[in-house]
Amino acid sequence: MNIRSDVTEPVLAVRGLSVDYAAADRVRAVRDVDLVLHPGEIVGLAGESGCGKSTLAYAISRLLRPPALVTAGQVTFTGVDGSTVDVLGLEDEELRSFRWSRISMVFQSAMNTLNPVRSVRRQLHDIFRAHRPAMSRDERDERSAHLLELVGIGRSRLDGFAHELSGGMRQRVMIAMALALEPEVIILDEPTTALDVVVQRDILREIDRLRAELGFAALFITHDLSLLLEIADRIAIMYAGRIVEQAPASEIRIAPQHPYTAGLLNAFPSLRGHRRALHGMPGSPPDLTVPIAGCAFAPRCPYAIGPSHDTPPSLLQEGDHAVACHLYDPRYSSGPPQALREGRFEISGDDSSGITGDISSDDEGIKA
Amino acid sequence: MTTLEVRDLVKTFGARRGAGAVRAVDGVSFALARGGTTALVGESGSGKTTVARILARIERETSGDIVVDGVAAPRLGRRLRRYHADVQMVFQDPFASLNPAHTVAYHLARPLTIHRGLHGAERHSALVELLERVRLTPAEQIAAKHPHELSGGQRQRVALARALAPGPKLLLADEPVSMLDVSIRLELLNLIASIQRERDLAVLYITHDLATARYFSDTVLVMYRGWIVESGPSDEVILDPKHPYTQLLAEAAPDPGRTAPPKLEGRSVVEAVPRTGCRFAPRCPHAMDRCRVQDPPVIPLGDARATRCWLYEDSAPGTAASPDSGVT
Repeated sequence: MNIRSDVTEPVLAVRGLSVDYAAADRVRAVRDVDLVLHPGEIVGLAGESGCGKSTLAYAISRLLRPPALVTAGQVTFTGVDGSTVDVLGLEDEELRSFRWSRISMVFQSAMNTLNPVRSVRRQLHDIFRAHRPAMSRDERDERSAHLLELVGIGRSRLDGFAHELSGGMRQRVMIAMALALEPEVIILDEPTTALDVVVQRDILREIDRLRAELGFAALFITHDLSLLLEIADRIAIMYAGRIVEQAPASEIRIAPQHPYTAGLLNAFPSLRGHRRALHGMPGSPPDLTVPIAGCAFAPRCPYAIGPSHDTPPSLLQEGDHAVACHLYDPRYSSGPPQALREGRFEISGDDSSGITGDISSDDEGIKA
Repeated sequence: MTTLEVRDLVKTFGARRGAGAVRAVDGVSFALARGGTTALVGESGSGKTTVARILARIERETSGDIVVDGVAAPRLGRRLRRYHADVQMVFQDPFASLNPAHTVAYHLARPLTIHRGLHGAERHSALVELLERVRLTPAEQIAAKHPHELSGGQRQRVALARALAPGPKLLLADEPVSMLDVSIRLELLNLIASIQRERDLAVLYITHDLATARYFSDTVLVMYRGWIVESGPSDEVILDPKHPYTQLLAEAAPDPGRTAPPKLEGRSVVEAVPRTGCRFAPRCPHAMDRCRVQDPPVIPLGDARATRCWLYEDSAPGTAASPDSGVT
């Protein structure tokens, strides 16, 4: 499904969101994140462990607990009925009725999320009892059975327990539970990471089919960019707490702009494409307890220029493609090097000798 | 030259016979040669890790032969120690495979002493050399650290250095990168590949990921529920899979470059392993009556390929194969 982002009001808009973990050393887990989700759209959020993607998801669904602390920003939910909700301002009863009925979540580990001593039926009923107290027992039963069938599980499983279900079926039950109150937004946090590929493929198809049928928007969080490229409409790439690039999935795949995105795309071999030498990214993500002066990726970036090390990059928007990188900022650069334009992560021999020269001189300038 | 040969390996868990017994590995045969990487590909429950653990002598096989350079693999004692000088393993979880109470130096010093008889300054320089080889520098500083001071990728390099310490001929790598972040996986795989070439190792790369199996190995063995169902050169097996299960795996794997939506033939629902016939039959879109009653033989397809599927019976007339023919 293709949603034109300029014609619909976003169902979820995150503006300038920052989250800290107030430990002995304050961890700046999410910094100044802007993200919108349009109705019916699947937005992929990709990044490595520790990049803040799950913290962001928890902040949006108000599941953060101390020491996590939202230090800045807004999350605005706009329902199909036109009502707007200031998500971060919700309290107690309002929050309880908002969560699950408007935004629901599916977590990675369905075994730990499902209650092992309650049947699937009881767990589905619990949702209705809490949120739809007017429903009769028969209605709850009927709706629960319908939900299971919706995710491809026979109603005979209603009386089953988590341990009797395979990993894929548990995850389907989790999706059924998330869909129970027909929310407008579903946040999926690594929903298929623990599953085998064939089961993963089934679940992905199920999510896509349900999205088309029910029209919810989904924020799909994973470290697996190759998977997102197949199922997401738009993709946001997170690094060290910030979104460093955001664009339609097809553009991320064919024309990535941020060096980190290019690096991620080069970090997994192609299943069927040409065999070629690939390189991982050197180094590791930065320590988020230490304030970062410039671009957080600069120490690992083969294309870093002088300002990368001391000036934070701003998110530059062109059309529906946004990137936070000095190479695209006319104030600092006349444009990205050819190698990066071609989606390569490493600087290779011939065509980049000039660039290498520039970079080394800049580096020396900073050290001096 | 063959480094390691596995013949008709069987591992049964649970009851010794009857309904309770699970044949996790059921008649697996293959050979690994020095200087080559073979990927053992399969989903959870395929038996791939059990094969590796048997080869590492952590698990005891129910039956079958394991022969290293002409000598049967021992189970106990001094000969087992010699075996371990030749066959080493890197485990999946770098957080569980190193002892949190000991330094990196301790982890590497032990195999250097036990297997190579090194002590003192000699041992220390071998240790530094190992750390530098796995690109953990400055080696002196890394050597003094405890596992908790290292990242997942660094720990996995320590585990690799430890496995290399005895100077093995065969390296068993059980999902060595699946718990690492995407950006550092290839670096570790590339490192293993360069060490493999340099030391002329035989590597058995155990993985669920077809894409890295293709990238990283010369030969692929596809396992399903204890059977090797397909084998051959990695490009051929992955680009042109023959067994319906391999076809299903290749279709389901993420492939951003794919031009058409995946055609998923075959059921993903996990069924109990059938008592008779092909183990994949309950999920197979091409299953015939015969598949449900009669075990398919290993059918050679050309020189280096083989599959265990009745569909290919006619492609190799007159070769009602024995279980280990072709699967080498």
